[in-house]
Amino acid sequence: MPQPFITRGFVGKRQDAGGAAGRIPPGQHLVKDFPVLSAGPTPRADLRTWTFRIEGLVKEPAQWSWDEFRELPAQDFTKDISCVTKWTKLDTHWRGVSVDVLLEHVDLDRSAAFVTAFSDGGYTTNIPLPELLNGQAFVAYEYDGKPLAPEHGGPARLVVPQLYFWKSAKWVRGLRLMERDQPGFWESLGYNNHGDPWKEERYSGD
Amino acid sequence: MKGTIEWQIATVTALRDETSEVKTLTLSLPNWTAHRPGQHYDVRLTATDGYSAQRSYSVASEPERTGEIDLTVERIGDGEVSPYLDDTVVVGDRFEVRGPIGGYFVWDRSIDGSLLLVAGGSGVVPLMAMLRHRASAGVGTPAALLYSARTYDQIIYGAELDMLRRSDGLRLTYTLTRAQPPGWKGYARRIDDAMLREVSANLGGEVLAYVCGPTALVEVVADGLERIGLPAERIRTERFGPSGT
Repeated sequence: MPQPFITRGFVGKRQDAGGAAGRIPPGQHLVKDFPVLSAGPTPRADLRTWTFRIEGLVKEPAQWSWDEFRELPAQDFTKDISCVTKWTKLDTHWRGVSVDVLLEHVDLDRSAAFVTAFSDGGYTTNIPLPELLNGQAFVAYEYDGKPLAPEHGGPARLVVPQLYFWKSAKWVRGLRLMERDQPGFWESLGYNNHGDPWKEERYSGD
Repeated sequence: MKGTIEWQIATVTALRDETSEVKTLTLSLPNWTAHRPGQHYDVRLTATDGYSAQRSYSVASEPERTGEIDLTVERIGDGEVSPYLDDTVVVGDRFEVRGPIGGYFVWDRSIDGSLLLVAGGSGVVPLMAMLRHRASAGVGTPAALLYSARTYDQIIYGAELDMLRRSDGLRLTYTLTRAQPPGWKGYARRIDDAMLREVSANLGGEVLAYVCGPTALVEVVADGLERIGLPAERIRTERFGPSGT
């Protein structure tokens, strides 16, 4: 590590993170509110025509309507989340369906190694398949006990809390299983392909 | 794979008060590269014990100005980095930055169509980089700026915007939502669909909209632009909330 460059006169506002100090990734600061960041207008989905699909390298694609999706076994999740714009929020409460449960409904091809999550409005993001498994990721439709608000990705968003939050695609409509990695929206516009907050993988080349 | 965007040590060469809460810092950069208007830099400040904090700030200047950038910073009362930049920094101080960053909320002369810019408060900063580039590059892109501020005194870049209006064909509209000076004839309400329709009427060409400001304003404007007929893929947004400290 090179010596840090000390900024004259800067003290900083040390956050009293208490036991949480080890939960704030480098370069991040804690927030209490829930900032909104989106590249365009907020899509408003019609739940009567909404579907969620698993497609790509699967024997038969799986698809659920909104009502069918809500019948799937759901779980509560409490997770810390970090946005590449530098904020971290601890102990966020979600309810949704784990990706493991969704994948039980398809026969995965052995070559499937990467996932593209796709959303209303055309947003995409790419994640290595292993990082979505074993309880690490879920499709959430409730936040803090209430239906997920549209500006936060409602009716449903992917949540992959161990990666920067642009990977947690808002307005998600499905997962496409692929053999090769395919950079998504922000990954093609200067942001890191992987996005691990603990390694500070913010931008291309980090 | 592009190279890493490395940290570099910027030197403050000028400071300018824009409003009582907003200051522009001119930074000289040893490894300057041309940015695309709308992009931002990360700033990293480090205390003597190694504690550090990072924030992102939009570039306000045009890429035609080589070797330096302007960052315009609004002081957030309980913030950590903005009070340092606005109150403690003096000319000659140095701190770390890296950039330029961001590839979607950007506009430059290579993009066809006309430009509809909508700003709330300090959301005008990245849009100013676009307008300065447009003027500096001498492109004839039709451009309109609708700028919502609470009061007349809180308008950032007011004199320069007025100059761009007179000499550069910028269609400039303010709305003052909290208080208006005596005799004010402009808008005095929050942005609504009727206002968006009026400021974008007969702009010509295919309109590309850039909206930047607090989340509540951006939500209303982006929805409104869709309602008045702009396709979602021609509306680019950048939002900041109370956490953009």
